[in-house]
Amino acid sequence: MDSSGGPGARTVIRRLLRRTVLSENFVLYLSLVFFIGLYVFMPYIASERNLANISSNMWPLLALVLGQMFVLILGGIDLSQTSIMALTSVIGAMFMTTQLDPDLFTKSPLWGLLLSADGSPLSGTLLAVPLGIAAMLLVGTLVGLLNGVAVAKFRMPAFMVTLVSMMFFSGLAIYLTKSENIMYLPEGYTRIGSGGLGPVPWSFLVVLALAVATHILLRHTVLGQWFFAVGRSVRTSVVSGVPTERVIVIGYALSGFCAAVASVLYSARLEGGRPTLGQNLLLDVIGAAVIGGISLFGGKGKVLWALFGVLFFVLLSNALSMLILPFYAEPVVKGMVILLAALLDVTRTRLLAREVAL
Amino acid sequence: MADSILQFEGVSKSFFGVRALDDVSFSLPGGHLLGLIGENGAGKTTLMNILGGVLTADSGTMTLRAGKYAPRRPADATEAGITFIHQELNLFTNLSIADNIFIDRFPRLGRSPFIDRRQTRRQTAKLLESLSLSLAPQTLVDRLAPGERQLVEIAKALSTGAGIILFDEPTTSLTAAETQRLFDIIRRLREQGKSMIYISHNLGNVLELADDIVVLRDGRVVDAGPARDFTIDRMISRMVGRAVDQVFPTRRSRPSEDIVLEVKALSQAGIVRDINLVLHKAEVLGVFGLMGSGRTELARMLFGLEPFEQGRIRVNGAPCDCISPTDSIRRGMAFVTENRREEGLLMDATVLDNVGLVSLPAFASPRFPRLLRHRQLGGAVARIVESMRIKSGPVARTLARNLSGGNQQKVVIGKWLMSRPAILIMDEPTRGIDVGAKYEVYGIVNDLTARGAGILLISSELEELMGLCDRILVMSKGEITGDFDRARFAQESILHAAFEGHQGRR
Repeated sequence: MDSSGGPGARTVIRRLLRRTVLSENFVLYLSLVFFIGLYVFMPYIASERNLANISSNMWPLLALVLGQMFVLILGGIDLSQTSIMALTSVIGAMFMTTQLDPDLFTKSPLWGLLLSADGSPLSGTLLAVPLGIAAMLLVGTLVGLLNGVAVAKFRMPAFMVTLVSMMFFSGLAIYLTKSENIMYLPEGYTRIGSGGLGPVPWSFLVVLALAVATHILLRHTVLGQWFFAVGRSVRTSVVSGVPTERVIVIGYALSGFCAAVASVLYSARLEGGRPTLGQNLLLDVIGAAVIGGISLFGGKGKVLWALFGVLFFVLLSNALSMLILPFYAEPVVKGMVILLAALLDVTRTRLLAREVAL
Repeated sequence: MADSILQFEGVSKSFFGVRALDDVSFSLPGGHLLGLIGENGAGKTTLMNILGGVLTADSGTMTLRAGKYAPRRPADATEAGITFIHQELNLFTNLSIADNIFIDRFPRLGRSPFIDRRQTRRQTAKLLESLSLSLAPQTLVDRLAPGERQLVEIAKALSTGAGIILFDEPTTSLTAAETQRLFDIIRRLREQGKSMIYISHNLGNVLELADDIVVLRDGRVVDAGPARDFTIDRMISRMVGRAVDQVFPTRRSRPSEDIVLEVKALSQAGIVRDINLVLHKAEVLGVFGLMGSGRTELARMLFGLEPFEQGRIRVNGAPCDCISPTDSIRRGMAFVTENRREEGLLMDATVLDNVGLVSLPAFASPRFPRLLRHRQLGGAVARIVESMRIKSGPVARTLARNLSGGNQQKVVIGKWLMSRPAILIMDEPTRGIDVGAKYEVYGIVNDLTARGAGILLISSELEELMGLCDRILVMSKGEITGDFDRARFAQESILHAAFEGHQGRR
């Protein structure tokens, strides 16, 4: 038998642990602990330069995760986000570029139509940047819409539909540019990636606006409630008069839109339209969402969770890239962390169910 | 008379204080076919579940071939040579007949882990031949007609060497010819000495096949004897034979002359034919029918959940194509479906989210972005929860999953009350809920009619319909076979109408 104080103290610790694990902010706590732990071994992590680096990595990824969250809440998945980024990156750059190397681009199917040695027909005009960005957002939304229609109207599995559009649109992006990067983007555009409003980076402001809009949509509008309802039970939603098909189409369109926003930010930062943009990002997006606690089973998700998930994931990537590890170690560690997060999600759901039942 | 092979003695079973089986005793003589009949909810299914090891009896014993029989698991029943042939077939449609029959005990090649395909085929062929089923063993079950699938089930039962076979409504999905073929085989099995229990609502079939008949009512054996002593009339009167209890609240309103729902010549091939009905304001119109009579399908068509080929529906006098539930709701309709878990509730959402779901648009700003008025919505939900006495924790935190069945059903009804419907369709609203909750549901029905709503109430509990309805329509095989005013309510004539087309040989 334990001493009289033993079990009491143990239950206290247990309760505390439970409360921490079940807390909405669990991932935030985890990120803080992780950060402090790293700081002890690698003080460089808290340097201004590295913090800026972490921040600039976070915001575009958060835009992607917010989009993915709409689809995950519906119980679906959008694998095509990365190729939407590539396609919109290329298309936006085609509208904005001021100069193209004929040696590289004469083979492009658009050479002579949209592209010439002087860049796009709009090059140099004031309209180039706003039109370019508008085109990116429009194309991203349209591709999402296409995914949504295939999933909702033709009842094809989301995994299949978005896998195919991932392949197709990434292929299209490469075809349009013959696999070349489009450089020489106007400064008005590239400033989005590097500049800011005083010390506050543009990318942060853009994604902040997106996050606030997402939060309002999900928590305070009819459509938001419908997202959760559809994710929990399509059949009940149909009977209850929820226009399920429309909701699903809108979800995928929003995912595409958010991917385009991310593409605007990444392309500006990289100062070019890249047909391979975001190629390795899919794992990061899904991983961050899962780590944040957005369930792959649908019906669960919050903007704050997305933010925490992204924070933890970017911290992890940052730490891993600073350690001098063999190149294969990074995906191994990331994969394991995502697996743990998925396990945690299941455990949490079970614990919560028990809590309410008591 | 043959010796009894299976005997029930004093078997009782209660669920949450409600008696499902009360001192049931009867015996199945070896080589006989015993017809077991009773209304829905009379206890047939519970009894079969006890026999099959799915449930254990609270008290009483079963004797099998002079030995005590107390199955704890379904596998015990199989081992004891008892097999069930259910209404819904349990076959893998993507596998072949042979695979289905030997799925859990494939013959092996010696002691190796490899399946002896040739042996499997040969044994299957032999079984199929014994049922005069001329099909190749490797035919996919997917390709078979319902009747053939039923026979494959029987072949599977025979392959285990079962001595006792139970049939639960085996003919619901069969054509007349398939039914006769099944009966021929059942008779042949009896000649081979198999003992069988046959459960069906098709009283004519039971009378035709059975050697003995046992009638259950309210969990008790109310009649038993050789089949030759029975007539359809005696079966029906024994099945019901009880006065309607005074458990139904007194109606405070009378139906008005105004028509809220009118259906003309509604047809959908193979499901319903030429349905005409009129529902008045403040009226409770009952729809009675056996399972498979088309009553649920009719309700789903009215609400826009399923298509129909012909017919017209008018809601409040205006023609209504009822393309989708969304349209129907906009026109003031509401639908409490029969399966609340799959179609009534968001099980993992809170009570608040569930009750509010239908009325969300009414609690939002009219234009984009349709912001929700959380406080008003919460207030309205709280009023519903309180007035319906839904027992739940804090509505914004309690999940529907964690409520009792009765409270879950009240949540489903509550979400429709929020939308103040003019027409409420309820499909089996009291199924699977306890007695207390049932009466509360009856009270809600009365309140709604007092407010002028028209209610279409579908139920397989005749007493419930007789207690609540102003009029009862009876459906059989997709058609309306009876229309009874309250003054002409009589259990026997209603049941006769419900069994129309089910009696005698086809």
